[in-house]
Amino acid sequence: MAAHGAAERQGMTNSMLGFILFLASEVMFFGGLFAAYFIARADAPAWPPPLTPEQIAEGVKLELEVVLPAISTGILVVSSITMQYAVWQIQKGNQGGMLWGLFISLALGIVFLAAQLYDYTQLHFLADDTIYGTTFYTLTGFHGAHVAGGALFIAVVTVRGLGGQFTAENHEAVEAASMYWHFVDVVWIALFTVLYIIK
Amino acid sequence: MATVAVPQLSGYHRPAVLDWITTVDHKKLGILYLYFTLFFFAVGGILALLVRTQLAVADNSFVGNDAYNQIFTMHASAMLFLFIIPVWAGFGNYLVPLQIGAADMAFPRINALSFWMLPPAGILMFAGFIVDGGAADGGWTAYSPLAQQTGVGMDMWIIAVIVLGMSSTIGAANFLVTMFRMRAPGMTMFRMPIFCWTMLVTALLQLLATPVLAAALVMLFIDRNYGGQFFDPNGGGNVVLWQNVFWFYSHPAVYIMILPGMGIVSEILPVFSRKPLFGYKAFVFATIGIGGLGFSVWAHHMFTTGSVLLPFFGFMTFMIGVPTGVKIFNWLGTLWGGSISFPTPMLFAIGFVSMFLIGGINGTYSAAVPVDFALHDTYFVVAHIHYVLFGGSVFAVFGGLYYWFPKIWGRKLNERLGKLHFALMFVGFNVAFFPMHMLGLDGMPRRIAVYADSAGWEALNMLSTGGAFLIAVSMIPFLIAVVMAFMRPKDQPDDPWEANTLEWATTSPPPHYNFDSLPPVRSERPLFDARHGDEAH
Repeated sequence: MAAHGAAERQGMTNSMLGFILFLASEVMFFGGLFAAYFIARADAPAWPPPLTPEQIAEGVKLELEVVLPAISTGILVVSSITMQYAVWQIQKGNQGGMLWGLFISLALGIVFLAAQLYDYTQLHFLADDTIYGTTFYTLTGFHGAHVAGGALFIAVVTVRGLGGQFTAENHEAVEAASMYWHFVDVVWIALFTVLYIIK
Repeated sequence: MATVAVPQLSGYHRPAVLDWITTVDHKKLGILYLYFTLFFFAVGGILALLVRTQLAVADNSFVGNDAYNQIFTMHASAMLFLFIIPVWAGFGNYLVPLQIGAADMAFPRINALSFWMLPPAGILMFAGFIVDGGAADGGWTAYSPLAQQTGVGMDMWIIAVIVLGMSSTIGAANFLVTMFRMRAPGMTMFRMPIFCWTMLVTALLQLLATPVLAAALVMLFIDRNYGGQFFDPNGGGNVVLWQNVFWFYSHPAVYIMILPGMGIVSEILPVFSRKPLFGYKAFVFATIGIGGLGFSVWAHHMFTTGSVLLPFFGFMTFMIGVPTGVKIFNWLGTLWGGSISFPTPMLFAIGFVSMFLIGGINGTYSAAVPVDFALHDTYFVVAHIHYVLFGGSVFAVFGGLYYWFPKIWGRKLNERLGKLHFALMFVGFNVAFFPMHMLGLDGMPRRIAVYADSAGWEALNMLSTGGAFLIAVSMIPFLIAVVMAFMRPKDQPDDPWEANTLEWATTSPPPHYNFDSLPPVRSERPLFDARHGDEAH
């Protein structure tokens, strides 16, 4: 028993290292989906790809409105900052400041998801309308699922924070939730750039 | 050492079944992994016998075409996803904490989760046989558009493989943290046993490659069920995209399937040659090299698609032969001048080295682009994969079982039966798979259910089928040896083989907390040092 965990006393904890490795696997998952998107786009004769006459007759339009997603992007970036604020506050031992940061981040995350769902209802194409529709809904859908997962993570951390479980020394879950939230934020910025901006 | 009677709490004892279901002990989970994977080895083996029976004679109608497609698909799926990949997690679970002198894995409960994801996935995959349209039948590679055209069994297969992938991804993170953070005092990275190093590189490959497979399978699922167009050229998709994302995982996966086997062999050879492993650091760097290069060779499965950069992927595939060749020299150098004995684990280890060498050579041979164009999708490829994964991995599994059986179960497997097992399996293996080289060169395509009498392939196919049944027969002495061992009391000492690594510094089997005390770790062979004192340095 003497040997157990001898090396773990310095540097980051085992849980944190495990969490970072988990995030690395998440990066590879999105890497696979992004690779599919780039290959599809590189292969396409035009982007968006041409539609069949039947699709045009049905009113399918491969167009994306950029204003609302741009606002959503801003919301998510701000939520990343408030999340980091929560971490900095608990590092100083300020539980109240941390809770404010968590509340605001959670609220902004939910606003982002609502905006995303509203945006889906405004589009004139579905997942089966060419590779454009398929990649759009797959990428944004999996990202949205990760935002929902991250929001749930923040909610759990918030409840634990309300119970006073975090201190200046002991707040790993807050750091992990924050790292996860930054991760979904960065994925979204990449998605917003390639899906909405780069023509 | 480690013979002190452990004070037991009298009173409550969990019932055995509940204990096995709720355990988070790495040793018990390792044993569960071994039972689970060996069960699916048997299932996959029975499917293989069905395949070989169908192919034994020309114009055969033994199982029928549709059933044949399901059988060979599920043979490969069981052997790869439910046997070889998780069996290393079984050995790794049992051995890695012991070998680095830790009390358990870094995350015992996540470890239990990793294991308990396997049975539902295995059941789901095999439940395909009872649904309409049958089990997955698109080959384990599930190429599009074939994989789009098959029944619901394919969807069950996809979900099962995603779940198995999650299991191995979180398991990989667990192994990495365990080896990075839980090593005993004195156990530096370059004193870790070679098996741990191979598990470390395997875990890195799993962590980074398996999620890409999950992405590929998600795309396939969307294409099949939600009208997705990823692999459908009509909607701007690309069938070759599947092959790219699939092989981006599945080529590193062949190293996931072989590296821990190399680690086991590198544990066995030094013990029975009475020498340290020749070139420990070279072996470690070769393992890392294989892991790194493994990510740059996936398209050698796709030469004939005409859409990959042939010179690059051909060259990189040759390059991966270099670290692999380094390892062959490590093993030969270990044997060279050693005081060699031949108990059963040693036989399997030497069988591994010789058979894996053939598998390496015929693999590098078919990496040459013109050769690959001639041999693509022929039985030559089937011969290659079996020389690597059976002649390699399966021999290592049995070598590891014979070697660590005294540690895990406290009893030794009968030597005579073990040698009979090895002899039958070695001969059966070569009779079964060597003729496939000739069949491939003669143009026999893989995955066909029926061939014409006029093709002239019957004699070699019959020979191969005979070999397959001989492999099945070779399991009989193994099973008898296991039953005989369990009828005996646990009589094994701490270190029956005079081995080198820390798992032999505790009782056989170890107590649930692993070690009462650890010997000092001053080299990669702490037990050798403990036996011989400091004069060895």
